[in-house]
Amino acid sequence: MAKKVLVAADVRGGRLRKVTYEMLAAAGRVADGGTIAVAILGHQVENLATGLGDFGADMVYVADAPQLQEYTPAAYRKVFLEVVRGFAPDVILFAHSAVGRDLAPMVAMRLGAGQVSDAVDVAMENGQIVFTRPIYAGKAFTKVVVREGVTVATLRPNNLEAASGGQGKSGTIQKVDVQLEPVDLSTTVREIVQKATGGVDLAEARIIVSGGRGVKSADGFKPLYELAEALGGAVGASRGACDAGYCDYALQIGQTGKVVTPDLYIACGISGAIQHLAGMSNSKVIVAINKDPEAPIFQVADYGIVGDLFEVVPKITEAVRQLKAQGV
Amino acid sequence: MNIIVCLKQTFDTEERIVLENGGIKEEGVRYVINPYDEYAVEEGIRLKEEHGGEVVVISVGPSRTEEALRTALAMGADEAILADDPELFGDEYTIARVLAAIIRQREYDIILAGNQAVDDGSGQVAVRLAEELSIPHISTLTKLVVEGDRVIGYRDAEGNEEHVEGKLPILVTAQQGLNDPRYPSLIGIRRASKKPLSHVTRADLGLSRDDIRPRTEVVETFLPAAKQGGRILSGDLDAQVNELITALRTVEKVID
Repeated sequence: MAKKVLVAADVRGGRLRKVTYEMLAAAGRVADGGTIAVAILGHQVENLATGLGDFGADMVYVADAPQLQEYTPAAYRKVFLEVVRGFAPDVILFAHSAVGRDLAPMVAMRLGAGQVSDAVDVAMENGQIVFTRPIYAGKAFTKVVVREGVTVATLRPNNLEAASGGQGKSGTIQKVDVQLEPVDLSTTVREIVQKATGGVDLAEARIIVSGGRGVKSADGFKPLYELAEALGGAVGASRGACDAGYCDYALQIGQTGKVVTPDLYIACGISGAIQHLAGMSNSKVIVAINKDPEAPIFQVADYGIVGDLFEVVPKITEAVRQLKAQGV
Repeated sequence: MNIIVCLKQTFDTEERIVLENGGIKEEGVRYVINPYDEYAVEEGIRLKEEHGGEVVVISVGPSRTEEALRTALAMGADEAILADDPELFGDEYTIARVLAAIIRQREYDIILAGNQAVDDGSGQVAVRLAEELSIPHISTLTKLVVEGDRVIGYRDAEGNEEHVEGKLPILVTAQQGLNDPRYPSLIGIRRASKKPLSHVTRADLGLSRDDIRPRTEVVETFLPAAKQGGRILSGDLDAQVNELITALRTVEKVID
């Protein structure tokens, strides 16, 4: 049965994140010939609406207002529900990102709807939308369906193939009238401090260079940052490294911390505690560098180098830089 | 200050997952307070120490959850409520409705909870609860300051730190780094056994089955394919690095 699918665009730094196109691909799978709309909320985001028809959007709702510059829960919820009222979707897809994780359950609760969080796959099985999602940070998985009402889901970035262009849908842009009252601004963002994560966000990074206790100090992360920069990736860390005070908890990867699934994960001086493995072992390719050949990290690594990370990592950085310099 | 903390009992994060009869085997497992909720408990107790008042810890879960609540009481919470009536169990929608029904019967200024649980990891319940109670929330906090009825939360937002301001009553969720949870002292453990821990049923809350009917259903639980132990590269270091880079470029195609 054809379904109306609403995709909540994930906007960061004035651009649409790649996960928006991944959600459009998911929308295509579940719409079953129905209408697909995208909702873009923010300030000075109108330009982002252009061209989404090529990626499968029949309609694009744009809510553009200064009060939407930063994400605040009540204001975003109000405006988003306005779009929901107008479009009356059967399915609403969010990114499992800072904004999507927060906004989706608000919207779901207001609609009395069920929600599947952090889906890594979605498929139609016997006319039913079946989501696959990790539990215990990826130690196991479940398949989940929403039994009644509107289906809400958040999709984990970097797992579904992004929608391809050239679909030639109309992508008709519809502006949303944004009317916010003081009650809708019950929380306000006073300040935003950029943290040092090498400029690339962990959740979205295609490549992550991660350090553990073997890095030995905050200074010891320097070669890891250099490698991450050469690769255009982000830096992460194990709980051991965070607990030891070598880096900020914002970098922690594991069952406590962030769960990541990059294309390439390079674990440096990480032994591979179960709780860390849960957070990264679904990465596509894993490289481990560790002095101890018995370290459990090697059991999940596709490629292992037994050696001192302070010798190995700079050599890899050097090789990557040469590669980039050759422009091949 | 009336402080409420919602917590869930979860597997210790070092536990392996074993399937049994299509579900997750729960016997012989070490249980803990969900680590994110533990930050919330600690923060609630710190608020009490700073501003005075009372900390009530609430959970929805089987009777084994009593142990987690006793731990929170030993840390310094004053009272515990456990909804261990199986008719109150369900999905995130259900749990949020049940928690709201319990909390509505009480006075509160601030509600704290972890931003997600390390088992299901859906991160929905606390936010749904705030919606159900029609109060604002600030999520994933690494720092919390309450001055009068003014609340400032430092929020971890994917590499950025947002400083967000709101007012009581409010719900906040804890992110890692918010604090360093204390271990219960011996005196704390002794006192905890005398602190009130009450059980509530569906009838106590005046909820019909329909009020809390789950919206979602898990149709299958499975383990990921075991990762093949990979290759340990050999040769001198330059050769290994060369081989690695070549493999990442031409075989795996993850760098270019």
